[in-house]
This record gives sequence, C-alpha cells and structure tokens, in this order.
Amino acid sequence: MSLLEIDNLSLNIGDQPILKDIDISVAPGEIMGLVGESGSGKSLTALTIMQLLPFGAHTTGRVTLGGIDILATDEERMCLLRGKEVGMVFQEPMTALNPLKTIGEQVAEGIRWHNRASRAEAEEQARIMLDRVGLPAEKFPLSRYPHELSGGQRQRVVIAIACALKPKLLIADEPTTALDVVLQVQILDLLRDLVTENRMGLLLISHDLAVVTEMTDRITILRRGEVLEAGKTAETLSRQRHPYTRQLAQASMHVPQRPVSPAQEKNHTPLLVVESLTRDYPGSRTAWLRHGEPLRAVDNVSFSMLAGQSTALVGRSGCGKSTLARMILALDRPSAGTIRFRDETITDKREHELKLARRGMQAVFQDPYGSFDPRQKVERLVTEPLHLLEKAPSRTERRNMAEDALAEVGLIPSDLDKYPHEFSGGQRQRLSIARAIITRPKLVVADEPVSALDVSIRAQILDLLADLNSRLGIAYLFITHDLTVARAITDDVMVMHAGRIVERGATKEILDHPQSEAAQALVAAAPDLHRALARKLQEQG
Amino acid sequence: MTLHASLLGDRSASLLRRALSNRSFVIGLVIAVAVAAVALISYVWTPYDVTRLVIADRTRPPSLAHWFGTDHFGRDILSMIMVGARNSIAVALVAVGIGMGIGVPLGCLAAARGGMLDEAVMRLNDLVFAFPALLSAIMITAVFGPGALNAIIAIGIFNIPVFARVARAGALSIWPREFILAARTAGKGKILITIEHILPNIATLLLVQGSIQFALGILAEAGLSYVGLGAQPPMPSWGRMLFDAQTRMTVAPWMAMFPGMAIAITVLGFNLLGDGLADILDPRSRRRQ
Repeated sequence: MSLLEIDNLSLNIGDQPILKDIDISVAPGEIMGLVGESGSGKSLTALTIMQLLPFGAHTTGRVTLGGIDILATDEERMCLLRGKEVGMVFQEPMTALNPLKTIGEQVAEGIRWHNRASRAEAEEQARIMLDRVGLPAEKFPLSRYPHELSGGQRQRVVIAIACALKPKLLIADEPTTALDVVLQVQILDLLRDLVTENRMGLLLISHDLAVVTEMTDRITILRRGEVLEAGKTAETLSRQRHPYTRQLAQASMHVPQRPVSPAQEKNHTPLLVVESLTRDYPGSRTAWLRHGEPLRAVDNVSFSMLAGQSTALVGRSGCGKSTLARMILALDRPSAGTIRFRDETITDKREHELKLARRGMQAVFQDPYGSFDPRQKVERLVTEPLHLLEKAPSRTERRNMAEDALAEVGLIPSDLDKYPHEFSGGQRQRLSIARAIITRPKLVVADEPVSALDVSIRAQILDLLADLNSRLGIAYLFITHDLTVARAITDDVMVMHAGRIVERGATKEILDHPQSEAAQALVAAAPDLHRALARKLQEQG
Repeated sequence: MTLHASLLGDRSASLLRRALSNRSFVIGLVIAVAVAAVALISYVWTPYDVTRLVIADRTRPPSLAHWFGTDHFGRDILSMIMVGARNSIAVALVAVGIGMGIGVPLGCLAAARGGMLDEAVMRLNDLVFAFPALLSAIMITAVFGPGALNAIIAIGIFNIPVFARVARAGALSIWPREFILAARTAGKGKILITIEHILPNIATLLLVQGSIQFALGILAEAGLSYVGLGAQPPMPSWGRMLFDAQTRMTVAPWMAMFPGMAIAITVLGFNLLGDGLADILDPRSRRRQ
C-alpha cells in the first residue's frame, strides 16, 4: 500500500484552474520525481500535500497520506502532521532559515513541539541529526547562525529540520537548483541515503531531467497542471512516448549548431587582455576601526581573449567568477593589475573616459526578473546603452535601433511599448540580450545567463547566443557552473578555483580530460542525461 | 470603470480598483479633498468677513445665522475655520515640500556615495532628530520672530531628516539590483541613475511618508500658533482659535470644539490617506485584502 496517494486532484485559485486531475502515488522508500517547467504546478502540488496553499485556493479530489485524508483534515490536525509525517526541503537555502535563530534551535524546534521533549533532549537529538547530515557539532556547534554557513551547509540544515522527526514522506522542491554542481551531488547523495535509512518516501521536484533520472525510481511529468506521462524513470525517458517528454529530453541535451569556429579565420588581435588582476576585500571588522585579514576574491589572474572567440569561465560558487566579471565590466576596481580592452587600458580610467570601452563591451545578467527597471517601458530599457554614443540619437533613430535589436533576438516591434512584467522569463532574457547588443559590442560578458531558465527556453537562448556570435562576431565571456552550457557555446574554458585560474584550454579538451583537481570535480559532478539514463536502464532493466 | 480601463490600461485600472476598495484610502481622500475645497472656497466666499469685529454678537452659541457660533470678538467661527484651513494647508504643504526637496536629495546622495559622506549626512540627521521638533520650532520662531513664514521653515527643517532616512533606506534597497548594474554598464553616472531608476522606484515610499508628514505638519502648525508663534492676528489659525477658547471653555465650549474638530478630522484624514496609500502601493499587502 502506498504512502502518499493523490487521486484526481484539481486545484483552483480564484477562478483560475491550476491543477487538473492529478494522480501521483509514492510508496515507502520510493523516490518519485515530479518534472515540469515553471508554471506547470509542481510546487503547488507539494503545497497541497502540506496544506499550505495560498488564500483563495480550492481543491477537489483525494489526497491521502498513510491513510489520512489530508484535504478533509482541519488546520489543527494538519499542524500535527506537518513536520512529523511530512517534511519539506525548499529551494532557496538562503531564505528557508530564520536568520535570528541558531541552527541548533531551528532543528530542535520541531522536536520540542511535536515530541514534547525537554530542551536538553531536543538539543541532543538535534545534535545527532546535524551530525547525520554532515555538520558534526565539533566543527559546526549548534550555536552557529545561518549567515555563518555556506549555501550547501545551510541546505544541510534545512534537510536536518525536515528529517528531524523521521517523517514518512519528504518533499524536496528543487533542493539543489540554487547550488553549484559539486554541492548538488553531495546534497542529492545525502537525500538518497536518508531515504534508504529511514524508508522514507521522497517526492523530488525538479526541472532538471538529469538529476531526476539519477535519483528517482519513477517519474511524473507535469505540464500546465496536467499529468502527461508517468511511469518507471528509465522506461519513460528512454521510450519518450509523449512528444513533450521527447522535447524535454532533447532540450536537456541540446547543443546549438555552430559554424566551425569563426575565431580561427579572423585576425589574432587580442580583444581583452587581463594581467595579474587581484581584488582584495577588507576583512570583517574585528574591533572598532580594526579589520581582519583582507579577503582575496581574485588572485593574480591573467588571460587574454581573441576577437570573436568565446570563453567560458567555470567554477564553483564563491570562486571569484562574478568579481572578475565585474572588474572586466569596469563596475568594480581591481586592487592590483590591469585590464586592456582593444588596446585601451580601462583600469585607470574615470567613468566618463570609459564610454568607448563600454560601447564595445556589454553584459547579460542572470536574473531575467531583476535586470529590468519595472517602471520603464521596453523601448527605454533596451536603448539605455545608447547613452554611450558620442552623439545622442534622435527619437526615430532610437526607435529604429531598438526595433532592429529586438528583431535580432526574435521579438517584434510592438513589444517596445510593453513593460517588463508582461514578458516571460525567456522573453526577458531575450530583451536583456537585445539591450546588450544594441551598441554592436565586440564582447558580451554573460553571468549565468541561462541558469534561471527552463530547459526548453534555455536551449532557445543558447541557440540565439550562438547565432549572434556567428553573425555579429560577438565574443562571449560566459560565466557558468554548468558544464553542458560551457560545452554548447564556447571555444575555450577557464576553470577558476579560490580566486585563481587553475586550468585553461580548448573546451572539449578540458571537459573530456580535466587535469586539475577543481576541473575534475566539476566534470565528475556535472549532471549528464545520457550517462544517467544509461545507468538507470541497467538498474531497472 | 470600463472607461477608466481603456484610458489607463489594465495595470492602472486594477490599481484604481484596489484603491477604491480600500476603506481608509477612500475616507482619507474624501476628507483631504473636502479640507482642500473648504480652503479654496474661502478665497472667494466666506459667510462673514473674518476681520470685522461685531462686539454686539460676541460669544453667541451655534445658530442658523452662525452655524458654529461666534468668538469673543463676535467673529463667525465657521468663516475663521475656513480661512484657517488655508493657513494650515499652506504651512503643512510647504513644510513637506522643504523636507522632500532637501531630504530626498540628501538621502539619495548618501545612498549613492556611501562611505564617509553617508556617515556624515546620517549623523547630522540624528542630531536634528535628537531635538523634540516642536521645542526647536519654538526656538527658531522665538529667535527670528513669530509668523507663518518662520513656522513653515521651522517645521520644514524637521521634515528633512525624516525624508532623508526614508529616501536613503529605499535607495539602498534598489542599488544592488541587477538593473542598476545594467545602467552602469550603459555608462550612466550615479546622478543619472538616481534620477532615472532610483527615484521612480522609491516614489511610492515618499508619497506615503509625505501624506503622514503632512498630517504631522498640520498638527505642528496648530501647536505653534497655539503658543502664539504661528500666523499672527488678524489672520485666523486653528491653533490660535483653540488658545483663545481655552479661558472661555465653560461659557463658550463651541469656541474650542469646532477648531479642535477641524484639526482632529484633518489629521485623521491625512493619516488614513497615508495608511491607505501604503496598503495599495505595497504589493506584499495585496493578499491581505
């Protein structure tokens, strides 16, 4: 008999149907994957099981957990079930913890509340639980606060809270999406071990097919609030009976078509030369007017890029990638070293002397929602870099240039009169690219431009970037922790670790035969749908 | 509504709908408009001339001829309240204007530059904050002489740190956003970014604070003229009317009641307006409604 049974679940919020006739079941000790793109209803399914739906939600159907009908349970009983019977791990470890409470208190909280345990007992159990998730009390005392931990360590705390009462069902909503690939593997391993140890059921929600394939026994594919396909993981993903399943799988493995490296044919003048660049941040204040050891974010980095040639900068989170990018974009000043862009030194220039360099160098940012001023229309947003031109263009010139830029990224002129909130995440990233190319730059620094996007949208954006590279000769400095993305559109790779560049070479060469330890760790941890599927097929026959 | 929807677009229409369904906003708006209308009407018409003294009619209780009664010089209280509204509104409005005009640029500058300048501006703010506002206003008017203009300046000065703090806090939350980075890669300087991106995004915060400071301004003006440091006679003002009524509370309670009610209702109205605006414009409070 299964642990969680969802039959014919439908959910409306207001008059808007969100979920339609969902059927999902999870057996004890089983890992069920729930896959779908953003807006498909994955998270709301999880919130229905927890009965944490937003105001105005109306559900029909049947959800039973260990024989208890959840939809008919009142709030008071639900409070007893949450935490004790169902635990939940959230996506964002930065916001899932209370910043004002120590990690010990937060893990012990549920134990004290549900088991009526004394403070000391609860603390002891919290200590054991934190030790189990890899935070032993000798190194991570219970009195630590969340801000003293890294992202991966915080996610371990969240898992410890969710599993502290040994719930029968664990729901993990994109538990590794905010983490880099190396941490992702560690967290997924931990979740799998906990499931086998306690015979928990795990409902793993993810948009990443490779992760789901690696982890789950069965999967359910969700689209627009409906179950499209469900079954054993290996079988479902290899047969790909439903066209949408095939589309998802192909998008996850997508490699854009690129004409043979345009860089080779062009001249060999260096576009960007970085020489022994270092950036120190003052250490945290230890006393009044006294600072600790400075923190070296970027440590003696030198490299150069040729025109039209795309380079990936890969590394784990916190390795200094973004600091390096900001210095190249002249948004931050280095502590030492120089940056030359098209034979012009930009590190000693004042803002108004940088116009020429900025015209040749633009940026695309990670968050498609945060990178536009919500109060301006697209026309103003996209034409913002035209401020860099020597002569301010007339109104019609601006409009024409904006229309051209939009056409380049596959949007239509009437989009210019809309506000950013009227666009989807993928369309916004197109707008972001349109803004970056409107001054016809030679270099675009892209900081994780596709990591916030769904797989199918990601494939489209990668295609667009590859296309712009071959047509307009734009070189990318592509910052990512995702090696499949690096493989897809760059010629060269630089691997960064602890502020230094530890390895550099042709993309294929490094990804297939990594030399340095950092690169090897990244390559080994990178989720790969082909590999995962082959392994799963062997397991499940 | 359909007309509004087509004129203002969907987004504004839903904002308007939310505004009209917010009770405190609607009540506050009605009161604010009514007070403003009364003040404007007083320029063209009042029931009686407020500068003419009719000793024969002094301290008359409310009647059909004098709705709110008359004061100890026989002046019509309704007319005095109408004319006094002008003074209250003018003082509060200009004081908010001074506070915003100086405080907002200071706060934005502190947020944009950071470092020592930020530290200096904010500590100066703390210094101004440390004095009770009314007390210092009394000090200023005592030194430079009483009068509406000095009252305005005194109240205005104490609005500066309020707006500086609100603007700085708002600006600091906008600066690290990615669209500011994008504007910087477009070569825009800090001043231009502040004007184009920061100000529009903190405008709602300032609007809410403005309506609350307006209410406080009316209260402060009433307090100053009560102690004789606001508008000088024969110009009527609400605070002065209260002072005159004080010694006659037992014989002519209407002399205190009506100006007191005028002050209370106006302050309440603008506070409700501020609260309502905050609710409507803050996206996080939408769900609660």
